[in-house]
Amino acid sequence: MQEITLVEAVNQALAHELATDPRVVLLGQDVGVNGGVFRATAGLLERFGKERVIDTPLAETLIAGMSIGLAAQGFRPVAEIQFMGFIYSTIDQILNHASRLRNRTRGRLSCPMVLRAPSGAGIHAPEHHSECTETLFAHIPGLRVVVPSSPARAYGLLLAAIRDPDPVIFLEPTRLYRLFKEYVPDNGEALPLDVCFQLRGGTDVTLVSWGAAVRETLAAADALAQSGVSAEVIDVATVAPLDMRTILDSVEKTGRCVIVHEAARNVGVGAEIAARLADEGLLTLLAPIRRVTGYDAVVPLAKLEHHYMPQTERIVGAVRDVLEAA
Amino acid sequence: MPKFTDIASARRAAEHGKASRSVARFEVRFTRYLDQDGQPVAELPAFAHDAARLVPMYRHMVLTRMFDERAVALQRTGQLGTYPSSLGQEATAVGIGETMARDDVLLCSYRETGTMLVRGVRMSDILLYWGGDERGMAYAHPGEPRQDFPIFVPIASQAPQAVGVAYALKLRREPRVAVCVLGDGGSSKGDFYEALNAAGVWQLPVVFVIVNNGWAISVPRETQSHAQTLAQKAIAAGIDGEQVDGNDLIAVYDVLERALGKARRGGGPHVVEALTYRMHDHTTADDSRRYRSVEELESQRALDPVERVRKHLVRAGSWTEPDEQRLEADLSAQLEQAVKEYLGTDAPAPKSMFDHLFAQLPSALEPQRDELAAEGDACKK
Repeated sequence: MQEITLVEAVNQALAHELATDPRVVLLGQDVGVNGGVFRATAGLLERFGKERVIDTPLAETLIAGMSIGLAAQGFRPVAEIQFMGFIYSTIDQILNHASRLRNRTRGRLSCPMVLRAPSGAGIHAPEHHSECTETLFAHIPGLRVVVPSSPARAYGLLLAAIRDPDPVIFLEPTRLYRLFKEYVPDNGEALPLDVCFQLRGGTDVTLVSWGAAVRETLAAADALAQSGVSAEVIDVATVAPLDMRTILDSVEKTGRCVIVHEAARNVGVGAEIAARLADEGLLTLLAPIRRVTGYDAVVPLAKLEHHYMPQTERIVGAVRDVLEAA
Repeated sequence: MPKFTDIASARRAAEHGKASRSVARFEVRFTRYLDQDGQPVAELPAFAHDAARLVPMYRHMVLTRMFDERAVALQRTGQLGTYPSSLGQEATAVGIGETMARDDVLLCSYRETGTMLVRGVRMSDILLYWGGDERGMAYAHPGEPRQDFPIFVPIASQAPQAVGVAYALKLRREPRVAVCVLGDGGSSKGDFYEALNAAGVWQLPVVFVIVNNGWAISVPRETQSHAQTLAQKAIAAGIDGEQVDGNDLIAVYDVLERALGKARRGGGPHVVEALTYRMHDHTTADDSRRYRSVEELESQRALDPVERVRKHLVRAGSWTEPDEQRLEADLSAQLEQAVKEYLGTDAPAPKSMFDHLFAQLPSALEPQRDELAAEGDACKK
């Protein structure tokens, strides 16, 4: 078995579901003949035909709305938005309809759709191609927001998202698409949604992260281990709804928490985690909660983007701060 | 009058050797059968001579009018929330419903009460919805259109979804049609253009009805678009578009029956602009005297769609004054029964707001549901 990249794992999951569930259809710009601008859908048109792998006109509102129509009719649409920067015109359809169709009709109609989009900075992309705005979707009731951080989790979580009976926003960290490879058996086994993954056990501090920033968070844990600091690393994976139980249990053990995310700090998902820790876990805390995040600044173009994203050194520095505090 | 081929060849001759030439020409047709007095202006289609078909349609138009009137009265007396009356638009709304097959799928705005009634949505459900209860959108009773979408409030947001529904129907090779109903205001939105465009590309079984009632709250039709007709917006998407007198039930039915038939047979999408007039305020929360003249409103009364059908039926000898009285008494009894059912329905339990948020409530949300349930219990005590 070959090791595969995260984008290949996405492709493998899509192919698996197309092959096993006739209700699954793919749609989006360039997903067909071109196989997606990142090749996430490469080869799928040839295997499954243009009726099920649909090149759409260039119209994001259409892509989202059409997915809702297909889903309400019993299909399992998986739509691709080419970059997170172009996802905003789908919010009307997602917020007003996808997330509430089941609720509005008291379960008569439902919306089992997945909206996939590459997310985040770090690939020297043009303007409007580097946003990391999962918070906008995490705020919407009735919606799941899932962010994988490795090829194996991309495969397992995307299977789960497609099989889920409700709408899922699936944000793929662009920077990780081809950064590293893993063995990902094509066994059709989904990973659970709505739960965090503990990637590394530790006793001194809990590092909570998701998406591309998990990479630097793990690197920081390695660096800290060199100096005798034992960091537990949690990949949130499903940022909404949030599995606080796993995070609270970890912090109860370590007494310290540093939250790491690439998205801007203000009202980020990290703020919710910090608030919940203050609310439900304050007495287990030995030190203030720290956040290492993107800044509350417009994501800069390529020359400065690495200064924007949380770097390993910033994470290590934050951990040293909370260790010094207590 | 010269024949089209003459014009075309004359044009070719005139354009010979010119840098620019005509590459495409279009036409938008308008259809009307009955004038405002119910007099035929052209030979009527067969169904218009068949009282057995026309009377049930007329019945639904009268029911729609009575329902709207009752709903507004309920709102004015504090027994219903904000309500959008469809007064004056009954021919269009009922015509849409009557041409749809039972298993077609409706995606409409909030002023298509007449269409919903024809489709079998219960009056008590419509009242429940406008009274502030989601169960009005559950269509849980036998005979209700289970696959129809609940009304769309964000303008034109139904259009892209209608494309998805139509794509699903086509993918399954089913002879069914998605019917998307929006207003003149809705035809200005990007959602509408994106949907039209895609429906054209895939030649989907979807019919878009633009109910042009002259007003989008306070903004008149002429401020909405400089286009001569709204139907012609279809042409840019490579779709047929036409106008119909939306206050002429026979014309609405005739035009829509052909449009739906074409879509059902795989002939692709169609746009129908129904010219009608919103006789009521936008909703019970609006006062149209702020932006339109009494003279304009009064001038529209002569075009009343309900009167028009009645005059036609009476002239044809298919309808009498006793028939009218019986109909009103019968519908009134049905309506009052629905009002009684609505007013007698208790509010849902507070925690029910979590019942259908997801297929299964994520455990992360259980504490919030329980918190709400506990508050509800405390309030009861």
